[in-house]
Parts: sequence; C-alpha cells; structure tokens
Amino acid sequence: MTSIAHTPEDPLPLGRPRARRTLGGMIVAWLRVNLFATVPSGIITLLMLFVLGKAAIGLWQWGFANAVWFTSGNDSAACRAVRGIGACWAVIPEKYRFILFGTYPFAEQWRPALAVLIFIALFVVSSRRSFWRKELVLLWAVSLFVIGLLMWGGLFGMSYVSQDRWGGLPVTLILATFGLAFGFPLGILVALGRRSKLPAIRSLCVLYVELIRGVPLISLLFMASVMFPLFMPDGVNIDKLLRAQIAFILYAGAYLAEVVRGGLQAVPRGQYEAADALGLSYWKKNVLIVLPQAIRHVIPPLVNTFIAFFKDTSLVLIIGIFDLLTTAKTAIIDPAWQQFSVEVYVFVGVIYFVFCFAMSRYSRSLEAQAPR
Amino acid sequence: MTSSTPKRPPQRPWRLSLDDPRVAGIFWQIVVVGIAVAIVAWLGWNAAHNLSARRISTGFAFLGREAGMPIADSWIDYNPKNTYLRAFIVGIVNTLRVAVIGIVLATVLGTLMGIARLSSNWLLSRFAAVYVEVLRDLPLLLQLLFWYVLMQGLPAARQAWRPIEGVFLSNRGLIIPSIPFGDANWWVLLALIIGLAVFYVVRRRLIAQQMLDGRPRPAWPYALGLVIALPVVVSIIAGARWSIALPELRGFNFVGGWTLAPEYFALLIALVTYTSAFIAEIVRSGIQAVPKGQSEAAKALGLKRGFVLRHIVLPQALRVIIPPMTSQYLNLTKNSSLAVAVGYQDIVSVANTTLNQTGQAIEAIALIMLVFLTISLGISFFMNWYNARIALVER
Repeated sequence: MTSIAHTPEDPLPLGRPRARRTLGGMIVAWLRVNLFATVPSGIITLLMLFVLGKAAIGLWQWGFANAVWFTSGNDSAACRAVRGIGACWAVIPEKYRFILFGTYPFAEQWRPALAVLIFIALFVVSSRRSFWRKELVLLWAVSLFVIGLLMWGGLFGMSYVSQDRWGGLPVTLILATFGLAFGFPLGILVALGRRSKLPAIRSLCVLYVELIRGVPLISLLFMASVMFPLFMPDGVNIDKLLRAQIAFILYAGAYLAEVVRGGLQAVPRGQYEAADALGLSYWKKNVLIVLPQAIRHVIPPLVNTFIAFFKDTSLVLIIGIFDLLTTAKTAIIDPAWQQFSVEVYVFVGVIYFVFCFAMSRYSRSLEAQAPR
Repeated sequence: MTSSTPKRPPQRPWRLSLDDPRVAGIFWQIVVVGIAVAIVAWLGWNAAHNLSARRISTGFAFLGREAGMPIADSWIDYNPKNTYLRAFIVGIVNTLRVAVIGIVLATVLGTLMGIARLSSNWLLSRFAAVYVEVLRDLPLLLQLLFWYVLMQGLPAARQAWRPIEGVFLSNRGLIIPSIPFGDANWWVLLALIIGLAVFYVVRRRLIAQQMLDGRPRPAWPYALGLVIALPVVVSIIAGARWSIALPELRGFNFVGGWTLAPEYFALLIALVTYTSAFIAEIVRSGIQAVPKGQSEAAKALGLKRGFVLRHIVLPQALRVIIPPMTSQYLNLTKNSSLAVAVGYQDIVSVANTTLNQTGQAIEAIALIMLVFLTISLGISFFMNWYNARIALVER
C-alpha cells in the first residue's frame, strides 16, 4: 500500500499544479478530474447541480417534510389537507395487507407470507454456484409443492382457500416462477428442435417461436382469457389463473428457446463430433455434453430474460387477475384514498425494483466472473 | 476444377429399423407432426362445435357492419356509425403513430443517455447510470399507470400550466401551437423533402470524389442551396403563408393548437423513457466494443473529440448496436399494446372492444397477430437492409 505514495508518475493531467497530499487537496484534485476537467464539463456539472438540487429539494419536501405518515382509522382527512404539497404515506399502512395478499382470508395471511419467504429462499439458494447440482431440481419440486400446500391448504388443519381468492405478491411470484420452471425445459426442447436436422421438426419449432415472439404478450393473454374456453370441449372449465399461467409458459418458452439457441451455437463443433464419435445417442449427447456447456454460456442473458419475464407478469392486470399491480390499483378504488395512487405505485414500484435490481446485480456479477 | 467437388461417402443400404438414423428421423418427424396436427384438429373441432352452439358465424363479414364504438383520439375521420373495418384502420394508425414517434424519440434519448453514461464527468455518468437502472427494473405497465395518474392529477384546463407562451399542460393533455397547412405549405414541404434527397445524393458523390484524390470538398454550399434556398423560393412563388396558431382557452376547453391527449402523452412518455434505458445500455456497450486503440490513434492524428466520435467510433459501434437495437424497436412496437390499460385506442384496444361486442374472438385476435407480424417484419426488413449497408466492407 505504501508504494502508491512513491510512484514517480503523477496521475493528475500534465500542466496542472500538483495538489498537496492532504484531504482537502485530494478532494480538490478529485473534483478537478471528475467534475471540472474542461470548461464544458464544468458547465454541465453546474447545470446538473442546479436542476438535480432543485428536484431533490422538491422531492424532499413532498416525500418527507410535508408528508403524512400515519392516520388513525380509515380517515384520510389529514392527507387531503396536504394534497399537492406532501405525500400521503399513510395509505401504505392502511392498505399494505390488501396490496401484498389481495383478498386472501385476513386471519390466514401468514400462509402466503410464508410462501413468499420460501420463494425468496429458493431464489437465493438457486443463485449459489455451489448448489448447481441435480439435487436442486428436487429442492424446487419440494418447495413448489409446499408452496401449493400453503396457498391451497385443506390439510393439517389449514382451511381450503380457492385460487380466486389468491392475490398480490404471491400471485406475481407464482406466475413468474411456474412460468420459468415449465417454460425453461420447453425452451430447451424447442431450441434443440430448431437446430435439428429434421426439416419438419425444425419448421414446427420456428413457427412456434416466431408466432409467439411476433405478437404482443397482451394478445396471448387475451387468447388465454377469451379464446381458450372456445377451444375446449363442453364442460371443461379451466381456472383463469391457470389459463394465464399456460399463456406465460408458452411465452417464456419461446423467448428462452432463443436464448438457449444462442448458447447452443456457441458450443464448438468438435464437442458434437466427439460425442458422436463416442457413439452417444442424440439425447445423451445433448444432455451430457452439449447443454451443460451451452447453458453456462448464456446464464447472464438468461437472467436478463428472467427479469423481463418477472416484469411482464404485471400484464395480467389487463385480464383482471389479482397480481401485485392489480391489487395496488384496486386498493386505491376506495374513495377515501382515491387521490393517493402515486404513493401506492411508488410502494409497489419499490417491491418490483428490489426483485429486479437483485437479479440484474446478480447477472452482472456472473458476467464479471465469466472467463473471457 | 473437377477435382474440387468432394466425393460422396458410399450410401449405406436402408434398413427398416429405428436403429437406422434415417428411418428414425422420418419416424419421429411423422410422430411429432402427427401429434401437432391432431392437437390443432381437436382444438379446431371444439371451436367449430362451440361457435355453432353459440350461433356465432365465423369469417370476416363483421368488418362491414356498423362499429358503434366511439374512438376519441383519431387522425383520420371516424365516427361510431362507421364500419368495424374503419375502426380497425383507426386502431392501426394509432398504433403506428405511437410506435414511430416513440422509436424516434427513444433512439435520440437513449443515445444521449448512453453517451452520458460514458462521460468523463462523474455527475453526468452517475445520473445516466441511475436513470438506466431505475427505469429498467420497473414494469412498463407500472410506469405507464404512474404517468397516467400524474397526467390526471394535473390542474384542470382553466388553471393549466403554461411553461412557455402557447404551451398548455393540463389534465386535457399537452396543447402546443400548430402551423396551419394550406396547399402552398404542402408544396414547400415537398420541396424540402426533394431538396434533402438530392443533397443526400450530391453528398455521396462528393465523398466518393474525395476518396479518389483525397481533397475534401465542402458540402455546405449545396446544403444551403438545396435544403434552404429551394424551399424558400418555392414558398415565395407558391405564396405560402406561415403563421403559428396559438391555442387559446375558451370556456372549459382549448381552441386551436395541437392537442396530445393525456392517454397518448402518458403512453408516449412511458414507452420512450422505458425503451431509452435499454437503448442507452446498447449504445454504451456498442461504443465500448470499439477498441480503445481506434480513438487513441485518431487522437494521435490530432483529430478533434467530436470528429473522432462521429467518424471513427460511432461507425464502428453501429455494427454492434444495430442488431439489438432492432429487437428494442420491435419491443417498443409490441409494448405499445399496453395502451389498452389507459384507454388509448390502438389496434389491440379496438380489437378487444370488437371481440366483446361481436364475440368474433378468433378473427379479432387473428387481425391483431396479422398487424403485429406485418409491422415486425417491416421493421426487421428495414433494419436488416440498414445493417447490410453499414456492415464492414472487407477489402
């Protein structure tokens, strides 16, 4: 560490007076290099300080100084008094149970809360490299089963709760997780099919991927909610949440297939040829040799697809399924709190942000670790 | 020449067994296609049965019937007495108008943010980083609802904000001054477009000549003549009158000017800011993909910073940028269908209303798919053409 002070070269640009190695001198040097290196840069800094400062003061006054944090009972009078000049965070303690868990029976809401915790634990465990083993699949199966048990109940003294009473964060996590858990294997199969030598299978896979990717997700969800019953025989009635879930699986499958295909293309041909030379069958060749390498290649883009997919689950709002965004939008229909939707959206936004930000940081750390 | 054709390996005789890879291939293809056809046939049979049970006739005859659907925000003449076909065309125009303007604005904003991200100014690059991170990690639908709520929370028309003279921001949307267009004005616009096109050709020839002998030939006299003088002359000859119509508040509403409805405005802001965050990342990684030696060599030659960016770095970065940019454009177009959540009547919203009114679910969704597949193919073709044009010419 001491060698730094003795380096002969000075990191400062040439032609500038050497700043003294005091704290003040170092701050001045940092400012000079990073904020006021040139005249235009200095002007940009001052302009941005002015604009950002003004915005920060405004946000501070709205969000903290003039904000109302709590009210007693279902009374929003204090909030309406500061409307326009201060935020009404009191709407959050008033409504958070509904936003997080929807119309799930109030006394039983520890069950979805526990399900959410299991989901988070599952994500954390799956992100660790040391857990990337076969047992992970088993862990997923067990966890998803326990989550289903918690949500439905009907066993071990837990009362039965049907799907149409589920809502909020658990529904968002269920849609995203089950969509990925089933969409990922589907995507792998389709990616393999798209690179198959058999023309009929290849064109089927191309048709599937391009059709799904060519249209907006909303039209798939409309299909699931409106058209699906038309295509079923009489008397078969599938729950709305399950129909949306199927649409999500098909959607995720198509996008993940393209990512996996990118990984397959990155596997050197020698690997295929070596596997063929060993006399491995098609499935053994892919499962044992090709796929492990291909998927390792595309983990960062896979995580990015997961993020996009997690955000896209919010679209079920349009077909009226109670996910986190829908419960938030419904919570503010209450006339007393109608005017404070911005605060509720900020609250929900923070939840979405925490999940997505964690995933994107994770993806970036993987990219940094990846051998080049 | 004859020896270059490789010799085919000797054909093995066919065996009627799944151990023969050729037979197995044909067998599995028949099985998979058979399953797919069976599923589709089963679904189709169910659908036909259900439709006849509900007395819904299939086909596109409904397009000729009266729509009875009000569309508030339309660029072409429309009233509820028009046919469904016309309503669909209005929806398509509305989709295109959000998508095209959104793509242009998102590209500009995203490129600026991507360059800002790489700025040596710490404050600017940090700001761009936070902008990108926050916008990328929130669902677009949430952002759209947020902007729409903000829009609705704006003061009423009478207390509208007036940041500049003639610009009003209220819960009726954004109202900006307009330029009334007569026939003469259109002629001037035409002259401007022709002037730009000719200038583009001239400039290419100038550059080609410079390539031959190395002498730079200034293009600005041509620009002055073709892009500025030509329209001005046409304007004087045709007698075009240029005026700015300032919007005015009369009673409870605005007269004159150009109105961007709150639904459209919210959708546009949400799409542009959201997509620009992704474009910023693409531009940043594209610029970073250009080897540092390129800009260092250019600096060593004594070229100026802006010149280096425009002529050395960006042309090389574009080759990395274009393919992912294409998929962002496609995403923006598809995401414009979120319009239905705020009641802006794009193609998806019109089709959805049609579906509810007529029960023609299959036809309505087929139309949505047709429109989006056409737009997607159009954008893909254009971007592929552009990509091929700027691709590296190996010598």
